[in-house]
Amino acid sequence: MKFVDEYRREADAQAFVRAIRAKVTRPWTLMEICGGQTHTLMRSGIDRMLPPEITLVHGPGCPVCVTPLTQIDRALAIAQRRNVIFTSFGDMLRVPGSRTDLLTVKAKGGDVRMVYSPLDAVTLARQNPEKDVVFFAVGFETTAPANAMAVKRARQLGLPNFSVLASHVLVPPAMEAILSSPANRVQGFLLAGHVCTIMGWTEYEPLGVKYRIPMVVTGFEPLDLLQGIFMAVDALENGRHGVENQYVRTVSRDGNRVARAVVNEVFEPCDRAWRGIGVIPQSGYRLRPEYAPFDATLRFDVGAITTEEPKECIAGEIMQGLKRPNECSAFGTRCTPEHPLGAPMVSSEGACAAYWLYAKA
Amino acid sequence: MAEHTPPPAPDLGAALASASCPVPVPSAGETILMAHGGGGRLTQRLIESIFLPGFDNPALRELHDGAILEAGGVRLAFSTDSFVIHPLFFPGGDIGSLAVNGTVNDLAMCGAQPLALSAGLILEEGLPIADLARIVASMQRAAAGAGVSIVTGDTKVVDRGKGDGVFVNVTGVGIVPPGIVISPRRAAPGDVVLVSGEIAVHGIAIMSLREGLRFETTLESDTAALNGLVKDLLAAAGDAVHVLRDPTRGGVASTLHEIATQAGVGIRIEEARLPIGEEVRGACEILGLDPLYVANEGKCLVIVAREAANEALALLKAHPLGRSAAAIGEVLAEPRGTVLLKSRIGGQRIVDLLTGEQLPRIC
Repeated sequence: MKFVDEYRREADAQAFVRAIRAKVTRPWTLMEICGGQTHTLMRSGIDRMLPPEITLVHGPGCPVCVTPLTQIDRALAIAQRRNVIFTSFGDMLRVPGSRTDLLTVKAKGGDVRMVYSPLDAVTLARQNPEKDVVFFAVGFETTAPANAMAVKRARQLGLPNFSVLASHVLVPPAMEAILSSPANRVQGFLLAGHVCTIMGWTEYEPLGVKYRIPMVVTGFEPLDLLQGIFMAVDALENGRHGVENQYVRTVSRDGNRVARAVVNEVFEPCDRAWRGIGVIPQSGYRLRPEYAPFDATLRFDVGAITTEEPKECIAGEIMQGLKRPNECSAFGTRCTPEHPLGAPMVSSEGACAAYWLYAKA
Repeated sequence: MAEHTPPPAPDLGAALASASCPVPVPSAGETILMAHGGGGRLTQRLIESIFLPGFDNPALRELHDGAILEAGGVRLAFSTDSFVIHPLFFPGGDIGSLAVNGTVNDLAMCGAQPLALSAGLILEEGLPIADLARIVASMQRAAAGAGVSIVTGDTKVVDRGKGDGVFVNVTGVGIVPPGIVISPRRAAPGDVVLVSGEIAVHGIAIMSLREGLRFETTLESDTAALNGLVKDLLAAAGDAVHVLRDPTRGGVASTLHEIATQAGVGIRIEEARLPIGEEVRGACEILGLDPLYVANEGKCLVIVAREAANEALALLKAHPLGRSAAAIGEVLAEPRGTVLLKSRIGGQRIVDLLTGEQLPRIC
């Protein structure tokens, strides 16, 4: 298939592996930001092709994984209401809240529907004027433009029965939280190519200067990742820091200005709690005051939410690159995709799910 | 041809215990989820924890697509399958042809030629009679195509809202020719794994019609009766054919996983050798789905002795339903109960059972 097969050629992959081997002279720890990248690494077996000097740790770029438990419990409470059609990306459906998950709410009679685009949720709201249609707007900068468009569209259409439960998170503040921690072990980053497609990379440049760390904007195909790793190792071995771009076929320094404008019109930055990590200042988006009528948090009073986080789950440490999934005492025993303790075990971008699916043997 | 002695049944409990964690005791509040019907780990759990202990007997314990029964010196294959699909009519078929082909194929995967079928229809109040007539005509066409008759049936009607238009059950009996022993347990190290055509077509064709996922495609379901193809294959390759399975729910990955577990062998496949059409690959890439787990109809996996593999592949390719057949992997002694995949770029990973249905990703 065009534009896919070119990035999965065995001979080219082997050439990159040889080049990385030839380049590396000492141990380096790299973090890929995005869970989609984690899955490509494991699914293609790249983790086992690399020289032992290179340690890959897996970043916080799994939107479903970092959505705080209070927000998931709020979603579950709204989804259980009789007059609500609760819509979500498929990824979110299996994520455990304190006591249940969306698929179970559906099994017990809740009207929970998977959508592929937030605009489909707007369509549902038009088709079902007697129901309240709620869209669970999770995601990083990548999904923010489409989610913002859905809210804008609902306002244009004057839909009184559409709202979003916004739980957007932003990459740079999370990277700063990781880098400023005394326990940090990350020496180089593979930046999330999709996020940079929207945002460009200017906001990463100050991080490169402040922490003297190399960052490579990287794509999602096997050869993208191998080239991104090569570029990061080359920068580390030669003492370079700052942003370099592997994903040139998609990403420019300024990103997608139109998309960013839509996001800015609908959302504003806010402090946000990250599951397992805690509150990171200015690390999320919330709806601007003029879009408050579309804010599900304001529309539905679900009372006080008391969350119960499984004590054994080390998702926070995994997403900060402090530990890897197979270093968790519950991995594969008390925590499996059927009985997950945390979201990374069930999200299609979760690091624990990647280890379980592709590498547990 | 020499009559085969079926291999002794291994200790299923031990095999299953080694494949997954201990069976959980169902708690009072647990309910059925859609994933229990998805052909993945939860389906397997239901079989292990409810059906096997509930119905326990030697024929069931084989856990094949159908049971093999001896009667008057003849070996009968006996299989049943129920169909719930939305929409009822889809490009390439409908619930009627799907049901008939599905049961004919379950019999064919036991090495049997179909003798007769039954049809059980559960109709929802309000279903247009014209739709029912269309489904019945389609069932008859599919049965005639497979050279079998629907000889008995049953109809029930449920209140509006308590069914999804029509649910169809088709049960079938067939005869296994002498000398043919098809069983997942016969997969042996050295055997070659063949697939009869392009995979994941049916699942993607149906998915393109689902609410919330609708996308334009020219794909049609590949539903088809495979008894003719199996007949040709067995007539020529006979006893060298060790395992036949149609990778429906759960796809090629789940079916190979079941075979590896039941036979106590490893199976290694190569990503680059999987026959996958461009349109299916495109849809899977966009939605973030792995075609290995997407449902197939009208396709089968054949595990065949290495010395007969080339001949079997040529036979498949010579049949109209097997033109895109390919050798995709081999059976290994180790690691037992595990499916491995050599990735396109030369890496290796395991291919596990999914917990439930695949869900499209966020971005």
